[in-house]
Amino acid sequence: MEKNDQRKELKVSAIENGTVIDHIPTHSVYQVLRILNLTEYNDQLLIGNNLESQKMGKKGIIKVSNKFFKSDEINKIALVAPSATLILIKNFSVSEKKKVEIPAKVETIVKCFNPNCITNVEDVVTRFDVINKDDLKLRCHYCEKITAKDNMAFK
Amino acid sequence: MKNKSLVSINDFTREEHIHILDLAGAFERRPKQRILEDFVVATLFFEPSTRTRLSFESAATRLGARVIGFSEPGSSSVQKGESLRDTIRTVSNYADLIVMRHPREGSARFASEVSKVPVINAGDGANQHPTQTLLDLYSIRKTQGTLDNLNIAFIGDLKYGRTVHSLTMALCNYNTTFHLVSPAELKLPSSVKMHIKEKQLGYHQYTELSEVIPKVDILYMTRIQKERFQDPMEYEKVKNSYILRNNMLDNAKTNLRILHPLPRVNEITYDVDDNPKAYYFTQALNGVFVRQALLAAILGVVE
Repeated sequence: MEKNDQRKELKVSAIENGTVIDHIPTHSVYQVLRILNLTEYNDQLLIGNNLESQKMGKKGIIKVSNKFFKSDEINKIALVAPSATLILIKNFSVSEKKKVEIPAKVETIVKCFNPNCITNVEDVVTRFDVINKDDLKLRCHYCEKITAKDNMAFK
Repeated sequence: MKNKSLVSINDFTREEHIHILDLAGAFERRPKQRILEDFVVATLFFEPSTRTRLSFESAATRLGARVIGFSEPGSSSVQKGESLRDTIRTVSNYADLIVMRHPREGSARFASEVSKVPVINAGDGANQHPTQTLLDLYSIRKTQGTLDNLNIAFIGDLKYGRTVHSLTMALCNYNTTFHLVSPAELKLPSSVKMHIKEKQLGYHQYTELSEVIPKVDILYMTRIQKERFQDPMEYEKVKNSYILRNNMLDNAKTNLRILHPLPRVNEITYDVDDNPKAYYFTQALNGVFVRQALLAAILGVVE
């Protein structure tokens, strides 16, 4: 177990294969779990929160065994945790590292905040233009109303 | 513009707006032309709006088109639970163009995406009512001779008034100076004000109607609805402050005209109606010419 020795300093133990979501704002860890449906996940799942981080002061981290996220899921992570980094692990080593990025358009994954929007009444795929990435604001392609970070719900 | 849907006022460029106003002018000079005899226009009113529907149907009929449709959802398949998607797909087999009014915001955009034929939005909830905006622009240009550099006052419910929001956004293309008169509870929302600020145009906010009258070219009156107030006492306090009476117009500029999207309740007293500055009924008539222009342009019978 040479590999384990190398990583004994880790606050959250290593995974063999899967994805590490690092640099999550501490208040967003549980939201990330929820929007990715990880609360129902049956394989190994390691969660750390309020860990020390040079970059962020405190951070959260989620390690998900045997899971590689699809672009839809990565966009969801970007919307709630724009600072997050995704680290793909294969055979205990890093195979790829990437920062999540808020896309210019968001489809399907977010619910429109306006209860009177047609997308909340009929089975219509939601579509938004991201009009502000820093102070996250999405404009609904249909009702033209703004859904902001504080009232964002996911489908 | 052939086959192009009109859902939001921003779907058409400033040049296209002007083109529609020019075409409307031609229909005003010759309102009865049987150029749409080969066409069927559907008017689907998922909520009643007699004025808007009659205006569209008058426009279509005066151009010789056949009109089919329904005036309220109770008399349609909607009551049987049919989805908007299915209603639109079906009707787009029967008509060459669909005019629709619907209580949900975004319904017209969605309809334009599932329809085989172009859709004109005649109001989608609190969102957009672009033909109203175009007829307002037409009325302003007709009475002032230009759309540029005007002083325009909006009075009443500036918070919820969809008409005010769309017209404000459209006027931002014409170097307008805005005079916004409303109770504190019903001020123009910042999402709309943002457009004025982006273009660095002048705007002034007032709570008194009388002081704005001598300054402006257009008085755009709207109705203040009681149900918009959380506290009924607040409504009682302001309800009479935004009523226009004939004797208030003594200091107005000679070119001033009064617009109102109608229906009015009591916000303009009847003694104003005979003042040559009252323009709201002619404004409603202009709606027919603007809708004729839109139908003809979108169906491709005029360039």
